[in-house]
Amino acid sequence: MSFQPVKFYQTGTFTVGNRLLAPDERSEQANPQRSNSINSGHRACQGCGEALGARYAIDAAMAESNGQLIAVNATGCLEVFSTPYPESSWQLPWIHSLFGNAPAVATGVAAAMKVKGRKEVRVVAQGGDGSTTDIGFGCLSGMFERNDDVLYICYDNQAYMNTGVQRSSATPPAARTATTMPVGPEPGNVFGQGKNLPEIAMAHGISYVATATVADLRDLEYKVRRAMGIRGARYIHLFVPCPLGWGTASHDTIRMARLAKESGMFPVFEAEHGEVTGVLKIRHKVAIEEYLKPQKRFAHLFGKHAHPEMVERLQAIADRNIRKYGLLDEGSN
Amino acid sequence: MLKQTEGSKAVAEAIALCRPEVICAYPISPQTHIVEALGEMVKSGELTPCEFINVESEFAAMSVAIGSSAAGARSYTATASQGLLFMVEAVYNASGLGLPIVMTVANRAIGAPINIWNDHSDSLSQRDSGWMQLFAETNQEAVDLHIQAFRLAEELSMPIMVCMDGFILTHAFERVDIPSQEQVDAYLPPFDPRQVLDPKEPMSIGAMVGPEAFMEVKYLAHAKQMQALELIPQLSAEFKQTFGRDSGGLVRTYRAEDAETMIVAMGSVLGTIKDVVDDMREQGHKIGVLGIVSYRPFPLKEVRAALVNCKRFLVLEKSLAVGMGGIVATDVRMAVTGTGLKGYTAIAGLGGRTISKASLQNLFLQAEQEHLEPVTFVDLDWDAVNKQLERERLNRRSGPIAENILHDKGMLSAAKFG
Amino acid sequence: MFQIRIHGRGGQGVVTATEMLSVAAFEEGRHAQAFPSFGSERTGAPVVAFCRIDDKEIRLREPIMAPDALIIQDPTLLHQIDVFAGLKPDGYVLFNSHHSFEALGLGDLVKVRGLQRMCTLPATELGIKHIGRPIPNVPLIAGFAALSGIIKLESVIKAINEKFSGKVAEGNIAAATDAYNLVKEQMKEHANA
Repeated sequence: MSFQPVKFYQTGTFTVGNRLLAPDERSEQANPQRSNSINSGHRACQGCGEALGARYAIDAAMAESNGQLIAVNATGCLEVFSTPYPESSWQLPWIHSLFGNAPAVATGVAAAMKVKGRKEVRVVAQGGDGSTTDIGFGCLSGMFERNDDVLYICYDNQAYMNTGVQRSSATPPAARTATTMPVGPEPGNVFGQGKNLPEIAMAHGISYVATATVADLRDLEYKVRRAMGIRGARYIHLFVPCPLGWGTASHDTIRMARLAKESGMFPVFEAEHGEVTGVLKIRHKVAIEEYLKPQKRFAHLFGKHAHPEMVERLQAIADRNIRKYGLLDEGSN
Repeated sequence: MLKQTEGSKAVAEAIALCRPEVICAYPISPQTHIVEALGEMVKSGELTPCEFINVESEFAAMSVAIGSSAAGARSYTATASQGLLFMVEAVYNASGLGLPIVMTVANRAIGAPINIWNDHSDSLSQRDSGWMQLFAETNQEAVDLHIQAFRLAEELSMPIMVCMDGFILTHAFERVDIPSQEQVDAYLPPFDPRQVLDPKEPMSIGAMVGPEAFMEVKYLAHAKQMQALELIPQLSAEFKQTFGRDSGGLVRTYRAEDAETMIVAMGSVLGTIKDVVDDMREQGHKIGVLGIVSYRPFPLKEVRAALVNCKRFLVLEKSLAVGMGGIVATDVRMAVTGTGLKGYTAIAGLGGRTISKASLQNLFLQAEQEHLEPVTFVDLDWDAVNKQLERERLNRRSGPIAENILHDKGMLSAAKFG
Repeated sequence: MFQIRIHGRGGQGVVTATEMLSVAAFEEGRHAQAFPSFGSERTGAPVVAFCRIDDKEIRLREPIMAPDALIIQDPTLLHQIDVFAGLKPDGYVLFNSHHSFEALGLGDLVKVRGLQRMCTLPATELGIKHIGRPIPNVPLIAGFAALSGIIKLESVIKAINEKFSGKVAEGNIAAATDAYNLVKEQMKEHANA
């Protein structure tokens, strides 16, 4: 795998400085002619990971499709903050229908383009973790199974943020949400199996599945471009911290995404036809506490009434990810 | 070309003649034969260019149609009963977005108790969804209404349901005149969308709308249906010119001149009603029929005009507003406000209960003599009802109602037909 | 208007039989309406289907409760349902069996109605012989043509050709012709008896 072949990093951030790269290796965001698919002036919160991720992802997809892109959006933060009439931020054809049907609407758009012989026009569907892993899951699975020519991007901020931070099937164990309050003997969200959408996507055998975080936007751009080079159903699961829902500082969004990856809580990988073909290794492994402590949604695990056993269980989840995906270079297994 | 064919097959052929570009299919009785036939036509190359998509639910069917219609493709699907209810959120969305999707509803009852047979509960539940609804009396009319429906939907940029009685029409073999491709092409121009997703001209569709504009958007949906009241008769007249057949329109009357008693109904039961009315006319009864083709928009003016000269009317409907009475009857009564006409409601044929000539004749005679209750349940088994009520009075844990009724009636009835 | 009711079991082509009857009538320029009893048919379950034939448009949508003719595709139904319910006094009966009505325990019925309009036909055997499958529906509608004269054999053959092609069509036509002749012979015997 050839993630980030160039290794010039700004001190302490792993962020690649564009000025250090040859022009053709620079981020699409460094391109003055970039599409600016989501224009400035939208209403996302300060430090919104989803807005950042969507901007990079859709601009990369626009670049890769020569501007021949139609976006379908599920209901959710992204839809709401980008569109109140008449101030749509979208600089590409864009449709929002419902919370649970974005993959199916995208299928319809793709079918229309096919029937009209407009092969150059590509379709991207996008939604948050609620619409993707819960209410729109059936439509998503159907779109995968039919292998419709759609790239679906899930912006995962691990809860229903638009409605006021309620639990979704992507909410991690122990996390506080409005419907998993930090009260009782086992505060926060339950320890269950959760729903691993990237692996479920892989189980459909679709041509391309990848995960990414907003801590590594060049990796995101690479994966979007890669996905756009393939026909059929494709899935990118993008980890996007939410300062409001997580109780983190708005300037910490990228740091939180990085810590999720470096702790092993969010494995970053890509897969083709159901097989993992590459992982983004952990560069500097951190203990799970380092990821959890800055987040108010996990505050009940620490302090006066600490729950070290729950922290341990979360660490075990991260360790399992590390083993399963081989996230450490010197990794066992 | 005249053919002896199944209603579903005839409708599928009519749809194909309308050159749909995207068809979404999900199986539910009794509409399934329609999409099966279309699927075969697409697969064989007989219908091209067309994308036929086997979706995973009715919700997806309508959602795919929303996407394809918004991207400028003529889009079609068919459903019934539970399927229509499963897609309801998307049904409202399609009309809210102003997408001219055409959908066949093979009318069927809604459970529980689960029931696959015909009544009008499904599409009438979508009365206020913003979709137009046209009801076919025969398979010929179902064919003709679909052709008119694409034209109507696309001229107004609003979706439309063509409703045909499940099984009674969809599964009936009868004589149907299938028009030629040239005729349909002459009547139905290619889809020229009012809004389209296209990178050449980017636009946002489906953005959030606040209190400052929402009412206007909704009013315009109403205004479109009011326009449809003008357009439907025009399209029907133009249809007659092209195809030489009277089909569609807002309402149709039968032997209504000098009628003192008028029977109002929708769909295939009008055929049986007309036979009864012919018999009664021969016996000297002054009775006539008003068939409502366009349920939405509801032609208040035309219904009033058709009824204003009678003495009493009876709305016979295959639907029930639980806790109220009739659904269609409410609209009909609205139409005759201030006339002082005596109006009756008869609920008949729910869940496929046979509507026989004998029962209708009896009912119409009672209506004529004004001996009816305001709401009558035709051929309701009062013994079974009272027995269950008594059971509930005597026993707290009286058990599931449907199973009790079936038990009381015995399996004998299951072995009988009708 | 002439009304035909066909009783059989799921898998015996009951619905197809009424449809082909309606096509045969249509081929003669008449109006016809065929429809099933609208159940969720399962193989082996009792099935009823209906066909109306008239010279003018058929508007009536009620099930056929007083048939002019009955076709019974499966003798085992006799123990389950009243297949003769509503049959008009001068109605026709065509019964799929290689037995006589007496052997089927329907001697009383024969006494009441006489044999002028009643006939049994080994339609399943004809199906096996000519089509290789125990499907009695086509022989029965051809037999009905012979019994009632309501439709012509050539119209039944037209309906067969519309529904089937190649060898299947040929087999069905042979079965239909065979059935037609068998019933004609039997009716002669009944007339002479």
